[in-house]
Amino acid sequence: MEKYTGKSVLRGIAIGRIYRYEKSDYQVVKTEISDAEAEKERLFNAVETAKKQLTALYEEALANVGEDHAMIFDVHKMLLEDEDYLDAAASVVLEGYNAEYAVETAGNQFAELFASMDDEYMKARAADIKDISARVIRILAGIPEDGIQTDEPVIVVADDLTPSETVKMDKNKILAFVTVRGSANSHTAILARSMNLPALVNTKMQLTDDINGKIGVVDGFDGEFLIEPEQAILDDKILLKNQWVADLEALEQLKGKDNVTGDGRRIDVFANIGKVNDVEAALEADAGGIGLFRSEFLYLGRDSFPTEEEQFASYKAVLEKMGDKKVVIRTLDIGADKKVDYFNLEAEENPALGFRAIRICLDRPEIFITQLRAIYRASAYGRAAIMFPMVVSTAEVKRIKEIVEQVKAELGVEGYPMKEVELGIMIETPAAAVISDELAKEVDFFSIGTNDLTQYTLAVDRQNQKLESTCDTHHPAVLRLIEMTVQNAHKAGIWAGICGELAADTLLTETFVNMGVDELSVSASSVLKVRKAVRDINA
Amino acid sequence: MKEFRYVITDPVGIHARPAGLLVKQAAAVKSKVTISCNGKSADAKKLIMLMSLGVKQGMEVTCQIEGEDEDTAFDTLHSFFTENL
Repeated sequence: MEKYTGKSVLRGIAIGRIYRYEKSDYQVVKTEISDAEAEKERLFNAVETAKKQLTALYEEALANVGEDHAMIFDVHKMLLEDEDYLDAAASVVLEGYNAEYAVETAGNQFAELFASMDDEYMKARAADIKDISARVIRILAGIPEDGIQTDEPVIVVADDLTPSETVKMDKNKILAFVTVRGSANSHTAILARSMNLPALVNTKMQLTDDINGKIGVVDGFDGEFLIEPEQAILDDKILLKNQWVADLEALEQLKGKDNVTGDGRRIDVFANIGKVNDVEAALEADAGGIGLFRSEFLYLGRDSFPTEEEQFASYKAVLEKMGDKKVVIRTLDIGADKKVDYFNLEAEENPALGFRAIRICLDRPEIFITQLRAIYRASAYGRAAIMFPMVVSTAEVKRIKEIVEQVKAELGVEGYPMKEVELGIMIETPAAAVISDELAKEVDFFSIGTNDLTQYTLAVDRQNQKLESTCDTHHPAVLRLIEMTVQNAHKAGIWAGICGELAADTLLTETFVNMGVDELSVSASSVLKVRKAVRDINA
Repeated sequence: MKEFRYVITDPVGIHARPAGLLVKQAAAVKSKVTISCNGKSADAKKLIMLMSLGVKQGMEVTCQIEGEDEDTAFDTLHSFFTENL
């Protein structure tokens, strides 16, 4: 048995044959052609098709994984517009050779140019030139995009997978992914999570041809990849897998069912998402809507502010995918534990009690306005709601509403279509909970953020392991604040939900239903678990 | 002919994305735009050759502009360099 460990992306187990994924090795044949002009036209048509594919990939990636990852497709497209490259290919055709051979020749020539440079970054561009050439050759030769050829579903093992490869794979033929490289944020990881497939990345294993067809086990609980395990181990893993599958299937039966208790009380169960791609998992889990769309992913992992267009593309993608289901977008929640260099925030003694979230937005309205414009423009494409984090006073809410009105008026003048957008606030400070009667008069809904509410109420840092026993998430003070908030919401005729980790705590589901909580928003993987807990009440 | 010199401040130099943007800017003017660096030069309207100059942070490039619209082209390109590179 061979055993490797990697970073697990999803807790689950897959057992099946191993398929080593490699890029296709189509061999270009050099042939002489008679009509050079017609061949040249065939060449340019293929280049145009390639550019269209790249534009589509760019847009898909922009909405799903952000501009940083999408950029590569834009660069590929620009490379295909390069005159020297096109001239080089065309001149081979005019010498009387086929377009496939011409593209390969031009590709090799320019790849060589980059490969010979003494700069690691530029050396890597050789791969880009080969990639665009391969794309054009595939189009010319009528070969489908690289994919997996197998009859039975397999464990796909690859060095790493590019965005276009993962996007194109037949999802019914995959049991699990194992990659040599890649991070938990790689395209493979994102895809695996959205498909609910076990996956291990960064296994650093040596790939050899002889693993093809062997039996493999991907254990996402332990982060292990086993090749041809001994029978006893295999039997254990099969038991584990059957248990996992049985649990999943039991929950699967609940899809399409109501979140209703035995005595007829209902509650909405929504999903929390952190990026556009998570929508797939939320829909797959039959979530009734998105109760928390964290917008931080737009700001993290980059070195400048996301533009209005970029944000608009992401919000629009989520709203369109959710159709008539509600999507609650939380505005920027940067600061405290989420640091971003280009915001140029000063170091703080107590970041959790410092300059963060709505405090930044109200201090630097230009950042806030860009985000609000993007959300309101996207509102035309679905059912958007907005919530504002870290509110402590009605004055803040009034200021927020003034800015919102200004944004709406400007967009109206500019002629953008918009829909009604519910405005709500996070209740995550004891202050907000205590004055929730006042706040309820100003907004359309409350969403209780239990992580921060617990931390601020108990004066306990959640990350501090020494305080783990003090950090009692079921503390009566926290539960009373939640109850009070819900009651005040209902008195004012607005709804109240919970979007913190506590919402997925099934030990409290009955408590929340009894309090009259209107909505619980949990991770996609917990939606059905919570539905089960609701249905088990007085069943 | 007009020309200006510029020291690249972008930490990654004229890599793929900024090079692509520069090509778009250069293609929008009628004048011939030539970028020189380290004894090599490239037509700024051609992405691959421009990238192959391998311009990195701290290097000085010379941008030569020659043609009927060289005055306005100079302004456009100069501000592009200061804002993006």
